[in-house]
Amino acid sequence: MSQAQDRPASGATNVPRASGATRDHLGRPLVAVTGIGLMTPLGFGVAESWAGLLAGRSGIRSITRFPTDHLKTSIAGAVDLPEDREGAPLTAAARVERLAVLAAEEAVADAGIGGPGDFPGPLFLGMPPVEVEWPHRFDLARHGQGPEAGRYPAMIAAAEGRRDLFETCLFGGVGERLADRFGTRGAPISLTTACATGASAIQLGVEAIQRGEAAAALCIGAEGSVQPESLIRFSLLSALSTRNDDPARASRPFEKTREGFVMAEGAAALVLESLEGARARGARVLGLVLGCGERADKFHRTRSNPDGGAIIGAMRAAIADAGLEPAQIDYVNAHGTGTPENDKMETLGMRAVFGDAPPPISSNKSMIGHTLSAAGAIEAVFSLLTIRDGRLPPTINHETPDPAIPLDVVPNVARDAKVARVLSNSFGFGGQNVCLVLGAEPAG
Amino acid sequence: MTEPVWITGIGLVSSLGEGAAPHLAALADPAAKPVLDETGFAPFPVHPLPPLDLDRQIPKKGDQRQMEPWQRLGTYAAGLALDSGAARGLVGDMHLVVAAGGGERDIALDEAVAAELAPLPPAEAARLLNERLANGLRPTLFLAQLSNLLAGNISIVHGVTGSSRTFMGEEQAAADAVRIAAARLAEGRGEIALAGGAYIAGRWDMLLPYAAGGSLWRGAWAPVAQRLAGGTDGGMVMGTAGAFLLLETESHARARGAAGLARLTMVATGAARRRGKDTARASTLALAEQIRPLLRDGYAVLSGATGAAAPGTEEAGFLADLRESGPAQGPLRYSADLIGHTVEAAFPANLALAALALGQDGAPAQVLVTGFGLWRGEALALVERIDGGAT
Repeated sequence: MSQAQDRPASGATNVPRASGATRDHLGRPLVAVTGIGLMTPLGFGVAESWAGLLAGRSGIRSITRFPTDHLKTSIAGAVDLPEDREGAPLTAAARVERLAVLAAEEAVADAGIGGPGDFPGPLFLGMPPVEVEWPHRFDLARHGQGPEAGRYPAMIAAAEGRRDLFETCLFGGVGERLADRFGTRGAPISLTTACATGASAIQLGVEAIQRGEAAAALCIGAEGSVQPESLIRFSLLSALSTRNDDPARASRPFEKTREGFVMAEGAAALVLESLEGARARGARVLGLVLGCGERADKFHRTRSNPDGGAIIGAMRAAIADAGLEPAQIDYVNAHGTGTPENDKMETLGMRAVFGDAPPPISSNKSMIGHTLSAAGAIEAVFSLLTIRDGRLPPTINHETPDPAIPLDVVPNVARDAKVARVLSNSFGFGGQNVCLVLGAEPAG
Repeated sequence: MTEPVWITGIGLVSSLGEGAAPHLAALADPAAKPVLDETGFAPFPVHPLPPLDLDRQIPKKGDQRQMEPWQRLGTYAAGLALDSGAARGLVGDMHLVVAAGGGERDIALDEAVAAELAPLPPAEAARLLNERLANGLRPTLFLAQLSNLLAGNISIVHGVTGSSRTFMGEEQAAADAVRIAAARLAEGRGEIALAGGAYIAGRWDMLLPYAAGGSLWRGAWAPVAQRLAGGTDGGMVMGTAGAFLLLETESHARARGAAGLARLTMVATGAARRRGKDTARASTLALAEQIRPLLRDGYAVLSGATGAAAPGTEEAGFLADLRESGPAQGPLRYSADLIGHTVEAAFPANLALAALALGQDGAPAQVLVTGFGLWRGEALALVERIDGGAT
């Protein structure tokens, strides 16, 4: 089963795989990360975002992009862009695309791979669903005629000839434009697994390389959904923090007084290559994606099974896929949303997988908020930087420890640690859980 | 691929009805007439949702209430696929790849808010929008709208928990969902998977963007060939379908004594930019390089043509190229003539129709399934009868 550029699939046999430093314990090609890019509430670019994270800075602020009257939550980790105009901010689809472009440009340049507009592999884009939004609807209703102007048939009549609206709101639109811009190969794949989306995008890239379907992959997680309807939808699920008066202290993962997550925006891009290919072209290797694990939950639409089965299963599957034992994990980059439920379940998972002496775990979301579709990718990048610099980012706002959470959450201040392998957790609404194991490059 | 992949279960619901029988009847009758609603969404004809006994596949009323028709249809069809493949006991380690659009919006709320606020000064409208939405949106609707919650509901209702991925991107998403689900099985990542999607035609919120793109057929229904032949832009008649395929490695199916309905010999996808020389026709011809050596005289073609002229012309060119350079082509059918164009459900539905057709007496041993997305995306699949197909 293959894409256009693939080797012929028919007749291919299961050739014995050479072992060696560029193959993993299952004989699959090791997958290297050779380029990274970030857009986060802490800054544009990897350097600024990582410096902010290590400094324990919060990127959560009051929303200024649109009026917040009547909203229960009026704070977010919004990433405002130069394209945002007073009273006419970008729609979510446009923001997702712009953030993805900026992160991918940084990652591709960082990797020094391919040529301009000629990326030698497929695109895997984790993004939120996009749709016709209120500014569009108001615009169409204003152009409609008579008392029926707000009705859908009238808005449809007013939308005639609006090819731009069609292309903006297609689910495949953002991916197609990114594929065009970066010249990725084959059909771009856009995907959503809720809060695990960014990790799923990386997993798909890893699998494509392991299968020999691609030599490289551009994996992106992007989110740009801070707009009124999204905030209200999450508020109606009682998922969001309402500490509007103190934005920087609102995201409190693993802390006793936590009461919800903070919506945020951003993007991360990773250039994946087979380690063999990366070395052959003399690329700098930032680290490896050693393993991916996933498990779906069947318990509830927004809650994990109280037994933690799917979370535990995903964590264990990732570690096993990497050919490791739990004791070989040095640090866990938490899902750590700051909802009472998630952090309790993640603690349960940590204790089940790692026993009485789990490794340190910290939540980037305490500083950047929950970047939803981007989170798994952003946190994978931060995990690689943690390995590179030997420094654990903190969980800020850790004021009152929760006795039900007996974990070393790297409270408030970053600290040095020798880190060779990180488990990065992503657990999504709808029960879609994905964990990644990232590691340092082995001596070559 | 290293391990052959079979289709061992089909869950198919369309305006024609559910299960194999109504679809086989339509396939067998060249003059089959589709089921249409030509007034409810005028000027756009649509193929409506058939009546479903939801309790059969979604037994808990609470689950039904958490969904809107799109998620219910997909969850229902996924259940049919599990039943069809006698695979209820295998769901714990079953992988799931869904192609999804967005769930239903609250149309009445959208219309009321648009009518009230659009005439106001933008700043005032923005403030009032918050209030209207905060008071008007139902909490359950958010989950019913979320694209990944079709997969979530399939996990919750049917217990499918091996893994769960949701692809977005119209027709192409479904082709890649099937391609990747099958590729993972072929390489030994799991032994059984469920792949598919759902689409509801009668939705103003989905008709809006397609109408804005000038993509919809207006007025009285016409068959695809007629829509493509008119020298116009043609147009899509949206169809309603839930289509899920149970994919399984041959060895796993044989070991549990499951009957294979068809072999999914090849799925290939691509995405031409559709400008200059990078045409859909050329993209698909490149995909066909892998399939051409496997084709034998008389292979049937099940076309996923949308009804829109631009991709339809490209497909006609591709099929002509394939005729010139390959074995004799057998009969061609447009699935959209039977069930309409069903976007994220189209490719899996067409694979399901192909697999069903293969089981009929006198049917060709191979069906080439095509997918030429309305805007982007090309896909080909070769589905073969298991007793006589190429290996």
